[in-house]
Amino acid sequence: MSETPVSWATRRQHRRHETLIQWALFFCAALSVLTTAAIILVLLSNAVYAPGDKTAFFEKVSLWEFLTGTHWKPSDGPGGKYGIWPLLSGTFLVAIVAAAVSIPAGLGAAIYMSEYANPKEREWIKPVLEVLAGIPSVVFGFFALKFITPVVLKPLFQFLGADIAVFNSLSAGIVVGIMVTPLIASLSEDVIRSVPRSLREAAYALGSTRFDVSAKVVVPAALSGILASFLLAFSRAIGETMAVAIAAGGNPVFTLNPLRGAQTMTGFMVHASTGDSAADSIPRMSMYAVGITLFVITLIINLISGWILRRYREVYQ
Amino acid sequence: MPAITSAMSVPPSVPGVDRNLDTSRHASAIDVRNMNFYYGEHQVLFDISLMVPERSVTALIGPSGCGKSTFLRTLNRMNDLVEGSRSTGVCLVEGQNIMDPAVDVVLLRKHVGMVFQKSTPFPKSIFENVAYGPRVSGEKNRAVLADLVESCLRKAALWDEVKDRLNTSAMALSGGQQQRLCIARTLATNPRIILMDEPASALDPASTDRIENLIGELCANYTIVIVTHNMQQASRVSHQTAFFFKGRLVEVGPTMKIFTSPSEKQTEDYITGRFG
Amino acid sequence: MNLPESKASAVSFTSGADSYIRRRLLISRAFSWICRLVTYASLAVLLVLIGSILWSSLGRLSPNFLWNHYSMNPMKAGILAGLWGSFWLVLITALFSIPIGVGSAVYLEELAKDNFFVRIIKVNLSNLAGVPSIVYGILGLTAFRPMMMFMQTLFDGQHAINIGGMFRVRLVHLSIFDGSLLIGALTMSLVIMPTVIIASQEALRAVPQSIRVASLALGATRWQTIWRQVIPAALPGIATGVILSISRAMGEAAPLMMIGVLTVASMCPGGIESPVQLVTEPSRLLSVPFDQFTAMPVEIYDWSKQPDPQDRFTSVAAAGIVVLLLVLLTINAVAMIVRTRASRKLQW
Ligand SMILES: Nc1ncnc2c1ncn2[C@@H]1O[C@H](COP(=O)(O)OP(=O)(O)OP(=O)(O)O)[C@@H](O)[C@H]1O
Ligand SMILES: [Mg+2]
Repeated sequence: MSETPVSWATRRQHRRHETLIQWALFFCAALSVLTTAAIILVLLSNAVYAPGDKTAFFEKVSLWEFLTGTHWKPSDGPGGKYGIWPLLSGTFLVAIVAAAVSIPAGLGAAIYMSEYANPKEREWIKPVLEVLAGIPSVVFGFFALKFITPVVLKPLFQFLGADIAVFNSLSAGIVVGIMVTPLIASLSEDVIRSVPRSLREAAYALGSTRFDVSAKVVVPAALSGILASFLLAFSRAIGETMAVAIAAGGNPVFTLNPLRGAQTMTGFMVHASTGDSAADSIPRMSMYAVGITLFVITLIINLISGWILRRYREVYQ
Repeated sequence: MPAITSAMSVPPSVPGVDRNLDTSRHASAIDVRNMNFYYGEHQVLFDISLMVPERSVTALIGPSGCGKSTFLRTLNRMNDLVEGSRSTGVCLVEGQNIMDPAVDVVLLRKHVGMVFQKSTPFPKSIFENVAYGPRVSGEKNRAVLADLVESCLRKAALWDEVKDRLNTSAMALSGGQQQRLCIARTLATNPRIILMDEPASALDPASTDRIENLIGELCANYTIVIVTHNMQQASRVSHQTAFFFKGRLVEVGPTMKIFTSPSEKQTEDYITGRFG
Repeated sequence: MNLPESKASAVSFTSGADSYIRRRLLISRAFSWICRLVTYASLAVLLVLIGSILWSSLGRLSPNFLWNHYSMNPMKAGILAGLWGSFWLVLITALFSIPIGVGSAVYLEELAKDNFFVRIIKVNLSNLAGVPSIVYGILGLTAFRPMMMFMQTLFDGQHAINIGGMFRVRLVHLSIFDGSLLIGALTMSLVIMPTVIIASQEALRAVPQSIRVASLALGATRWQTIWRQVIPAALPGIATGVILSISRAMGEAAPLMMIGVLTVASMCPGGIESPVQLVTEPSRLLSVPFDQFTAMPVEIYDWSKQPDPQDRFTSVAAAGIVVLLLVLLTINAVAMIVRTRASRKLQW
């Protein structure tokens, strides 16, 4: 080895230069961890415990009131009420309507694409669904407020003898459902496709019709993966902001009536940030408490979904 | 044609298999006439004619890619699932031409069951796996199903091993058990004919042995067509052996004859291991 | 055909012979139609969406919508400020997120060993992708805005810094605003970063291992292999993913609302109102990142919520949406072209 000292040296110089790049890239990757840390820090330091002379939200409003109260009235000044339930009910109302729309639609589309559509058909259905997924949230908000409510829902409910408000959670839920349908469709299609072909053939060989194969073998086999996609879509619906802020209105009432307006957690946050209350007033700080609630709920749902999906992948790989 | 080389010794058959069966004296369960098969433009089977006697085992042998699986899959029209495949000729199953477009493939597949090379249990319980076929054909009575599941698992020689855990997942069974479960599942649809595509190729010798004995028992009531790469296995379990080569049926005859005095040179070369 | 007489068999395989199977086949056909209907319905919704928006936009869609500013008069209101705002926002966001995002992906896919910290990064990444965008808005509002305020005091024209105790450099005066483009872009970078990283990771993963092995075998170092072989091979995939993420930044409004961008803007960032000014007054560029701004989706939100008894702002909002969708369409078309071009050129 000693007869080639020069090449060794240049080699090492190369390496030093490369180590530098490697560290730089490592910092890029580590930045995402920093982001998470910053999000958590910002939320906690404004909601739970604020260092210095600032006061965090929960230092002024008790956690108990926040978690059990059924009135959300931050604009009432010093006598403001901070019970999260109206926002929670609004959020879940919209998300449940969205689920009711997107689960049958997304799953139906997934089954159709994976089991029935011929390759040509798939070739144009998938991009169209991608386009649907790429349409911004505000556009859907506009669609809900200016089309779904006045043109579709209003006449429908008039015919049924009910009255629907201009701002209502139903229209918001419907558009959010439309928005997350492509997500369910593509994720479910992936998991349905990953069910081995041999399982389908075995089912056919036992005298199954196509329906038997899809509904009794393939979908049950892919069930946990499909469930994971539902959960992911649900969490997306919970975090959906602009469409809901436009269509559902800004009135935090504790109700499960989808024909009335409601305010979601995200809707409130947009509302609070555009409002004119002082930077460290309680109404403003309540935004962080709502933010942390939203963050925790979506995180938990995503974690469960990810866990299910990982287990599902293990079965078929 | 010279007599078979001395190196080839034919192993004893499994109980219940008569390897000198005179096929011409038996009623036919399957009768294929001049079958051609194409994947798109690519012809895979050429002018196959083969008679399978009732309640017997027919082994299909031949080098890889010669079309054994394809042939097997035409017998219950599984190839319909392959886009762009087509076939010509006649295939009579119990006297009816199943190549006819008017044939109800769902009904046909109930009567012509199939067991695959890789065991394919559904990710459900053992009970649900066996009950699947009867269930989709409309059987709802739990007691009837339970009886059926038991009798099929017994026929597949699996009952004793699983009777205490019928409601656990079938995926937890061993490979050999899974394969027997798949056989039981096929039996539960009450077929007349069972097609097996290399059913034991992924199994250890003990499991293989069990499957072979099982085939010997089943052929008292069912007509069986089996594809295998294992010459010993073909000679042990079958009444009749058919040798395929490059999409053609080279020779078919009683197993004893094929393995001791084949009339074609290619057959002899193949079973003595000179090629393939 | 000369068939032997068929023996009497217990069953007939002819279709329809078994009534139960007939029923099942009917169910099967009905099910396939339901699935088809549902699928086509989602596509029909897209058509209805676009149709209804085009219809409502008819009242306002005209060339001057493109070059007018905000106005209380719906017939005069235009989207110019939002158009420029979105353009700058996306440009600066891309400057931040592409190098960092692609860099992270390269690290995670090509260099990282499977140790504890790397695993943390990967798990964290997939969770970050699911965080609602509005939460990033809170981060921007709370963490980036104070940074801007600090810079505001620093660049007020009064401060100077000492360099090595010898030179005193008077800092120039820059008008820095709270809800500036820079904050918006930083926040938006965080929003799209997970998507950029994940898309780039997928593109890198699609590069066949043989390319890496071949390059290493020829004596290239790891970094040379990555830089000269792997990244070029993955580039089309990375570009497609990045462009799609960018188009998400274009349509996202929630984080911007949080950091408090303008909803009523009668000025374009840096005062640049036409591309000509980029050439004639390049000095304006310097103030762009620090200027206030609005973005198209924010304006659309504002117009949609505008309480107007005659509903005249509806057509303004719809016209804004048409412009936004056209811009997004263009971006996606570019992504599509990149993808097809590249897949034709590079094939393994
Ligand atoms: N789905 C398909 N599409 C097109 N060609 C196919 C398909 N399946 C099989 N083939 C072709 O048909 C020919 C016969 O295949 P087949 O699977 O019947 O062979 P085999 O005798 O069963 O082989 P092996 O012993 O390896 O299982 C092969 O050349 C194969 O490439
Ligand atoms: Mg085969």
